[in-house]
Amino acid sequence: MVAKKSINFITVLVFALFSISTYADDGEQKPGNKIDTAEEIKEYIAHHLKDSHDFHFYTHNESGKHYSFPLPVIVWTSNGLKTFMSSEFHHDDSGKVVVDQGDTKLVKLHSKIYELEPGETTVSFDADHHATNAHAVLDFSITKSVVGMLLAGLLMLLAFGALARGYKKGKTIPTGFSRVLEPLVIYVRDEIAKPNIGEKKYRKFMGFLLTVFFFIWILNLLGLTPLGFNVTGQIAVTACLAIFTVIIYLFSGTKDFWGHTLWMPGVPYLLRPILAVIELIGFVVIKPFSLLVRLFANITAGHFVVMSLIALMITLKESFGPVASTGMSLVLALFIMVIEILVAFLQAFIFTMLSSLFIGMAVEEHDDHH
Amino acid sequence: MEIPTLVGAGLIVIGGGLGLGKIGGAAMEGIARQPEAAGKIQTAMIIIGALLEGLAFGALILGK
Repeated sequence: MVAKKSINFITVLVFALFSISTYADDGEQKPGNKIDTAEEIKEYIAHHLKDSHDFHFYTHNESGKHYSFPLPVIVWTSNGLKTFMSSEFHHDDSGKVVVDQGDTKLVKLHSKIYELEPGETTVSFDADHHATNAHAVLDFSITKSVVGMLLAGLLMLLAFGALARGYKKGKTIPTGFSRVLEPLVIYVRDEIAKPNIGEKKYRKFMGFLLTVFFFIWILNLLGLTPLGFNVTGQIAVTACLAIFTVIIYLFSGTKDFWGHTLWMPGVPYLLRPILAVIELIGFVVIKPFSLLVRLFANITAGHFVVMSLIALMITLKESFGPVASTGMSLVLALFIMVIEILVAFLQAFIFTMLSSLFIGMAVEEHDDHH
Repeated sequence: MEIPTLVGAGLIVIGGGLGLGKIGGAAMEGIARQPEAAGKIQTAMIIIGALLEGLAFGALILGK
């Protein structure tokens, strides 16, 4: 009953969130200007891969109408906190539209918000197209990725809350959607946590491992929907997840782990300090770096390939005709999308697996010292 | 991108491909010899593949 109610609630929320509002732009694309298709596609893909301050579905080029909805901008400037809706930028991303917030003037440049120096009214650029009279602000905005993460968090809270409530009531067999979740939880426990961390100690880390697994998986799958999320393709998000793992295994490391890392037994004494440095760099820098880069690069590459294949229908239109090029890009994009569904799971699995592997290394206890 | 970057990216992909090929081939052989150990071999294969992938992607990102 509760689960049903919460599903209704989500449905209403999703529809409320995605009721599309449109804006008429004063028209940056002038009709008649020759548009460089390849350049435009490249720009579009780059824009998709980045985080943005609004939800942008598409732009009708001829009328200059944007189909999107704004998100709140929360920035900490030199004059304190400023909040406004991103619609005030009017989809400008090149620093032309200046938002006047009383004592502070803000512009958006390549999806980043800059504050103009006092007294300035427009942005000026140097040769490399860097702003010369503006500086970056601390940006706490609810961006597209933040919306994605909140959505994933809410979904997890509702789904797993229902599962936990079922167990609390004493139900041994979960009902409804929880029936799908239980085997997944058991899978993470029996295939990932237990073999890598060990029977005795795995329980303490299950919370983290399950959260990370489902968080990454849901966000990866969310990235495959046409909503335009690319959350796990943001290096900041994956870096944060990797830092969580590092903090957990460094702070749960046993005496044996630190002994082995800093003063490796069984090797000549002269080598031990060198090995300690190597091991420390490995645990503090290299392992988290490989964790974060793997997830980031896999998801970014997936999005890039899918978008390039969809763009094929435009780039190949002249040589193959509209029907053949659309068919080709459709088949190829579908094929890659199916692989991406597999990759979405695989990356969540790998991240959790390697996290538990590293935790397992840290909490391992040796009975014998070599 | 300039030509050296592209050549470097190609070399990384060649290396990664060779590595993944070896892992996949060995895993296949192992599964063919001992079909009952398929699950364990698969897990180990995926872990090694992921480690290799992390290395290759790291190089690609640094090169970019």
